[in-house]
Amino acid sequence: MTSTDQQAFLSVRDLKVHFSTEDGIVKAVDGLSFDLEKGKTLGIVGESGSGKSVTNLTILGLHDRHRTAIDGEILLDGKELTTARESELEKLRGNKMAMIFQDALASLSPYHTIGKQIGETYRKHTGASKSEARKRAIEMLRRVGIPQPDMRVDDYPHQFSGGMRQRAMIAMALVCDPELLIADEPTTALDVTVQAQIMDLLKDLQQEFGTAIVFITHDLGVIADIADDVLVMYGGRCVERGTKEEVLRTPQHPYTVGLLSSMPSLDGPVDVPLSPIPGSPPSLLNPPSGCRFHPRCTFAEKVPGGLCSTERPLLKVEAGRGSACHLTLDQRQEFFADLAATRH
Amino acid sequence: MFRFLVRRVIGALVILLIISAVTFSLYYALPRDPARMACGKVCTPELLAQVRHNLGIADPLPVQYWHWLQGVFVGRDYGGLGNCNAPCLGFSFTNREPVLGTIMDRLPLTISLALGASVFFLIIGVGTGMIAAVKQGRAADKIASSFSLLGSSLQIYFVGYIAMYFLVQQLGLLEQPSYTPFTENPAKWAAGLLLPWLVLSIIFTANYTRMTRSQLVEQLSEDYVRTARAKGMSRRSVFFRFAWRGAMGPIVTIFGIDMGTLIGGAIITESVFSLQGLGRLALTAVDANDLPMLLGVTMVAAGAIVFANIIVDAVYALIDPRIRLA
Repeated sequence: MTSTDQQAFLSVRDLKVHFSTEDGIVKAVDGLSFDLEKGKTLGIVGESGSGKSVTNLTILGLHDRHRTAIDGEILLDGKELTTARESELEKLRGNKMAMIFQDALASLSPYHTIGKQIGETYRKHTGASKSEARKRAIEMLRRVGIPQPDMRVDDYPHQFSGGMRQRAMIAMALVCDPELLIADEPTTALDVTVQAQIMDLLKDLQQEFGTAIVFITHDLGVIADIADDVLVMYGGRCVERGTKEEVLRTPQHPYTVGLLSSMPSLDGPVDVPLSPIPGSPPSLLNPPSGCRFHPRCTFAEKVPGGLCSTERPLLKVEAGRGSACHLTLDQRQEFFADLAATRH
Repeated sequence: MFRFLVRRVIGALVILLIISAVTFSLYYALPRDPARMACGKVCTPELLAQVRHNLGIADPLPVQYWHWLQGVFVGRDYGGLGNCNAPCLGFSFTNREPVLGTIMDRLPLTISLALGASVFFLIIGVGTGMIAAVKQGRAADKIASSFSLLGSSLQIYFVGYIAMYFLVQQLGLLEQPSYTPFTENPAKWAAGLLLPWLVLSIIFTANYTRMTRSQLVEQLSEDYVRTARAKGMSRRSVFFRFAWRGAMGPIVTIFGIDMGTLIGGAIITESVFSLQGLGRLALTAVDANDLPMLLGVTMVAAGAIVFANIIVDAVYALIDPRIRLA
């Protein structure tokens, strides 16, 4: 995240994504802004329903246009995507911006071979011939570490193992050397060793091609491994952002603190119980008033005048670092220290 | 694929064997004397015994069945009544002819009826279903859904007579249903069967509309369809190359069952339109207590259904590579 005036490679400005449903309007994303430079990785963290996946489907324009109202700006390399025509987006998707999904088995077509699905993207955007596309598919499979790619290229997804399917999906996303890669929990369904391999692969490919990566996850361990900057989402809004070190070492928002203390730590004492965040994620149909986290926040009562339940705290950002809370930074630091002390 | 087909054909033959045994024992166990019917009006006890011997029904039931089974493979001689070449499905007491000959005479009409109608209901049904799926939740979808609900609640003996009355007798738009072999005159063949085709498709279309719509709606919400869109594929190619591919399997399955049923049991349709097909043949055989004929028709109908299922399974495997045929 830069604070210079120059336009970032990907720039999201005050994005609002609202769905109309039979029960009312769901505010899936409610005023989100971030920037991302080439060669950098932004980690977006949040619980299910925090709006992180919706944000990224919206960047690609894959939301249901009949039910969705979009407000704000999404600029990719200076081009406005929210108002772009479908045919323009089709040229960008899979070419300049690509996406990796969580469940590779469900996300790959069971009816076509791996090679065909990779080659298809390549042919669509480069106009290559069938044999060229096949050669490219084999090359991509080799690059993502599939053994015997010239044989496996003709396999169907169900003949691949879980880790290999995710690699094939990455190969498919990267076949046109996209400048923006959105990875939506790409390692969640995989076991830890395969997860580590996939992360290494993404980092290598990023170094090689300078790809900008948006990495969506609810796993802070994954964030610590791959991200440069972190954005924490709650109830469709950004509650905290900063560099990975800043957010993980000195969190500013009670929600981030909650997330961190609900995670086991390898270097801490083993007998400290994990403390989950009480309550459940907010309804986006009837979101809590004021600060959306206030019903679950340990510190809400420390703010005078019940401000947390009436007024939305603004996200104050300075040099890419900021958080949205009514407490002053000093107050929070003090409370967090107290909390940590009682836990040990 | 070859091994699969061989195995399935052997399995199908076993099923047909069991069906024949069950049908045989059911019908031949009935307290009726086929010999008396075959013997005719002037029948002496001597002649009756002779006929009974010729028909082979003096023997116990298992022996009779064994002879019938032998007849299927090596043919059979019915003494003074006549000869029946292999494959012999039996000898009709009333027609005094081998059963299979009569069946083969009637089969082309029934197959024409089934194939012709299926062209209509597949094109209209699947087409409407596709439109409904694309225009999901909007006016076109609601109209299609209402019509398919209406269509599926109609019955052929209702629509058939109404259509005949208005379209043939009152307005004279269509010809009275009749059958001319396709090889003789294709135009007359089509003109004579057009009304039954249309009426059958009104009934069957509804099913295919609903099926196509629900399958496509389900497929369109699959993750791999979203992935295809994320790759930059257009809506149109995603629809046909991905969603439709996935929706096809269940439609092919239902189609196979419907074809089997249409060929094996067009009794009501053929009665309504006075067409002399396999269904009418079964009906007259029941009326005349012509048990060998009934057994023969049952076997052909069962064969149609069993083999339609094999074809369906093979086609399904071509559509969906996850189904391994071995």
